[in-house]
This record gives sequence, C-alpha cells and structure tokens, in this order.
Amino acid sequence: MPDQLLLNRSLLHPLHALILAFPIALFAGALASDITYLNTAVIQWSNFSAWMIAAALLFGGIALAWGLVLLVGQRSRRWRGRLALYVALLAVMWCAGLINAFHHSQDGWSAVGTTGLLLSIVSTVLALAAGWIAYSGVGGREIGR
Amino acid sequence: MTARNVFAAAMLAAALAGCGDGNRDLDQTGPEPQLPAISQSLLPPMNIATPVAWNGERPIVPDGFTITALASDLKIPRQILVLPNGDVLVAEGTGGNAPKVRPKDVIAGLIKARGKTKVEGGNRITLLRDADRDGVAELRSVFIDGLDAPYGLALVGDALYVANQDALLEFPYVAGQTQITAPGREVTKLPSELNHHWTKALAASPDGAMLYVGIGSNSNAGERGMASELDRAVVWEVDRQTGAHRSYATGIRNPTALAFYPESNVLWAVVNERDELGAELVPDYLTAVRDGAFYGWPYSYWGQNIDPRTRPQKPELVRTAVTPDYALGSHVAPLGLAFVGAQGIGRYSNGAFVGMHGSWNRNALAGYKVVWIPFADGRPRGKPVEFVTGFLDGDGNARGRPVGVAVDPVGGALLIADDLSNTVWRVAPRVRPAATAAAPGA
Repeated sequence: MPDQLLLNRSLLHPLHALILAFPIALFAGALASDITYLNTAVIQWSNFSAWMIAAALLFGGIALAWGLVLLVGQRSRRWRGRLALYVALLAVMWCAGLINAFHHSQDGWSAVGTTGLLLSIVSTVLALAAGWIAYSGVGGREIGR
Repeated sequence: MTARNVFAAAMLAAALAGCGDGNRDLDQTGPEPQLPAISQSLLPPMNIATPVAWNGERPIVPDGFTITALASDLKIPRQILVLPNGDVLVAEGTGGNAPKVRPKDVIAGLIKARGKTKVEGGNRITLLRDADRDGVAELRSVFIDGLDAPYGLALVGDALYVANQDALLEFPYVAGQTQITAPGREVTKLPSELNHHWTKALAASPDGAMLYVGIGSNSNAGERGMASELDRAVVWEVDRQTGAHRSYATGIRNPTALAFYPESNVLWAVVNERDELGAELVPDYLTAVRDGAFYGWPYSYWGQNIDPRTRPQKPELVRTAVTPDYALGSHVAPLGLAFVGAQGIGRYSNGAFVGMHGSWNRNALAGYKVVWIPFADGRPRGKPVEFVTGFLDGDGNARGRPVGVAVDPVGGALLIADDLSNTVWRVAPRVRPAATAAAPGA
C-alpha cells in the first residue's frame, strides 16, 4: 500500500505549531468572554478578554515573525504560496488584535461594545484560518518526493 | 502586506492621531462650559510634562507679589493647614493600593510615574514656623510621624484632625507645640479598599460640630465594577465626637479639597472629573456641595450628560443629577482650594484660590498653575485669573506641580504645596497692603 505511506509533512516546526496554538485559543477565549461581558456587564469578563488578547498578540507576534522568516527562506514555489497565505492571515489577525487590545483598554462598556466584539470575531476567525492552513499536512505528491 | 492590512494600519494611525489635542478654543470655565461631543480615542492621549529642576528659578507671581520657598526637600507635600499662631502644617505622603487588573493599568502606571517625584512619601506631618515672616521657615520639625498617607487637615479648638487614607484621626493640640507624640484617636475608619483615588480631603463646619471628608471614586468611570464603589465618590459628614457619618453628597467623582466659604455655612469642593472622553471632557469643577445632592458619577457628567461607558445605565438616577456650579477646565486636576473673604491677600479679596496639579489625558497640557476665582455674594463671579504660573518651563517641562493651597491670614500670604519639587511656596504682597484694592476680574 505505497499510497498510504506518502509523507504528510507539516508546514510548521512543532515549536512553531505550539506557539500558533496560543493565539487560536486565546482569541477564541477572548471572543467568548467578550460575549459573556456583553450579556452580563460583569466587568471581570472584560478584564479577562484584555489579558487574553494581550497574550494572543505576544504569541501571535512570535508565530508571525517565524512565518516571515520561513517565507523569506523558502525556495519551493508550492510551499511559498501556502506560507504566504499563512503569514498574511496571521498579519491581519495580529493587526486586528492590536486594535482590539487598544479598544479593550478603554473603560467600562467602551472596552468591548460592538467594535470590540467585531474585532474579536475577526481575529478569532483569522487565527482559526491560519491554523487550518498551517496544520493541514502538505501531501507527498505536492512535495513531489 | 495585504490591502486589508494596510487599511488596518491606516485606521490605527488615524485613530491615534485624531483625538486628544485639546487645542480647540472652547470656553470651558465658568457656570456654563462648552461641552463638545464625546471623543473616545483608541489610545488615550497620555502626555505628562517631564520633570525638571527649578535651577534657582521660581514660579511666576502677579506684579506686587513675591514668592519664596518656605521649605523644600519635603516628602511629597500635599495639603497645608495654617494654625492660629501662624505655624504651618504640611501633610506629606502618597497612597493607594489598587492592584493592576488589566494590561492597561501596567502601562498607564509606568507612564504616569514619569511625571511624579522619585521621592518616597513621608507619611508624616511637618511643622514649619516662619516667625519673622521673611518667607523662609527657620524652624522645621516632624510634627506627627508614622501616618498612612495623610492628606486632609483640620483644627477644631484644641483638636487636630488628620485624614489618613484609611481613617480619620484626632490628636490633642496645644498652641505652640512643635511635635505630637500622643497616639491619635480613631474617629472613624474611612473607605480604603483599593483606594484608586486615595486622598481624603477634610474640612470642619464653622461651628466645629461636623467634619466633612471627600472620598474619591475607585475608578475612572466605574470600570472596576460598581461593587468597588460602595461609599466612594461621596462627601461624608462625620460627627467628630461619635464618628457617626452619613453621605452628604454622592456621585461626586473625586472631591480633592473641601472648604467653607468665609462667614458662611456653605461647603465648597473642587472635584476631579473623568478621563478618556476627549481632551475637552469632562471639565473639572468647583461647586457648593449641596446636602443630599447627586452629582452624576459615573452615570452622567456635568449634570445629566450620559456617560456611555457605565452599564447598566440608571436613567432614573441621572434625572436627579445636579449640575456643578463652576467649571475649571478639562483635565486641569484641581487639588487645592482656599478662600479669602473681605480680608484678602493684597488686592485679592473675596474669592477662591485653586491649585491645579495639571493634566495627563490630553496632548496640550492644562492646569499646572494656581488660579484666582473672584466671588461676589458668596458665588463665583467672573472668569478664573492666573495667580501663580511658571510651573511649566518654556519647553513644556514641569518644574513643579501645585497641590494644596492655604491662606495664611496671620502673614497675609498664600501657601502652595508643590509635590513635584517637594516645596512649599509662599506668595505674599511685596509691601503690606495699606488698603485692599479691587481684585482683578471682580
């Protein structure tokens, strides 16, 4: 069964993959706590969101930088396309997250509100998309080995 | 960089640059300040004047006045009380124990610290005596030590009251004393959880029966949750014998100085209003404190203008909110209030001196001076007039930041606590006035 033995290589180094897991979980967590804050007006949920977004930016920033390094060093055209998409998604995610971090530094309801919720949705979706691209194996045929 | 990315970056730059200048020419002093629309920027503008030394220079005073450093090298002087014999008490210290609950608190704390003195607060009261009235204290002693961020001071007969950040204390005072070692009697505890705004302003009623304590809010606009705001943003009326107290006024965000108008039973306060609604919101104010009045915080500002940041909102409460009497300008941070009656200081009689610590939440600096507000019939009449300036140098650096102000009726002088250069300044007429002329702006 040679077909099943085709290499299913990951786009990312395991450490890079672990780092990427943080913004995925943290942006999604911030979205959930934003929704809870908007439903309850209990301020602590807004504080949780602010910390999760800040930490998502820290790890997301490392993943983004690593992705950029990979992209610059990548010669294979097939890999380049996927890496470029991955880096672009992360870059937009990170910018939306940064704006959201500033937004969450406002006081009371203004820390979240409609804008904060939308930004949390955008960064969560982009983080998930970046993860989808990154964690989808690159099939052996594509690599051509 | 994708197109969306560039768009996001442009949005960010616009949001950062767009707000908070404070350069518009709005009239924000007096009974009817112009209030612009709310402008919440993505990043609150933070601009605190960089501290620099006086290097032998002094604040600028009006013609016919001199200014001297009554004492320097103090440990964060905040409020001043002049005793009947002319001795000067200076409360020194700084308080607050609010934990950092958001990334913002960490960052904002670092930035604000850059505008403050590096000296550690004294947690004490210093006595200064300038018996020869040359403007420099020749006697200086630690009057009461071991306090906890003392701020408000009041003397009723032979009882000296000190408002620590967590308790109101009473000390026995004998005229001429230069040191009190007797332990204070705790009149009442004061709300001290978090102490986001830790200062406890203090004034005694003219008949001496009641004390009034200003207790600031535990947040800017309720963002620590309203459970943290129990007994905050209020003025307490305290029976000085029993310690029994009640809220005399509520919704009064941060009443940093209290004083009775001379020969009246009207209590006045200077109040620091909220931040992060724009460079021209919300004006800080001077107001007569009305018994039972609600001043809006955090639900509304300047009367019944809704603050959108507080949820749940309380429209029925906002409908009862009282409009303050007199706006001092947005973000000027009034921390000192002293009245003079008919017997003024030089040509300045019947009015209020207000010490303005200066702004952090706008790009164009505001405050950093002491102003004079003329009164007539016990009410403000006319615009504030600059009285002492020069705390900012020509480059916008801060050489000093005024806090408490006090009138020395014995020496005919105004005393100003400066918690950046750790100095108490004394402003007095160059020549003793033969007769009081009309005050400017009266």
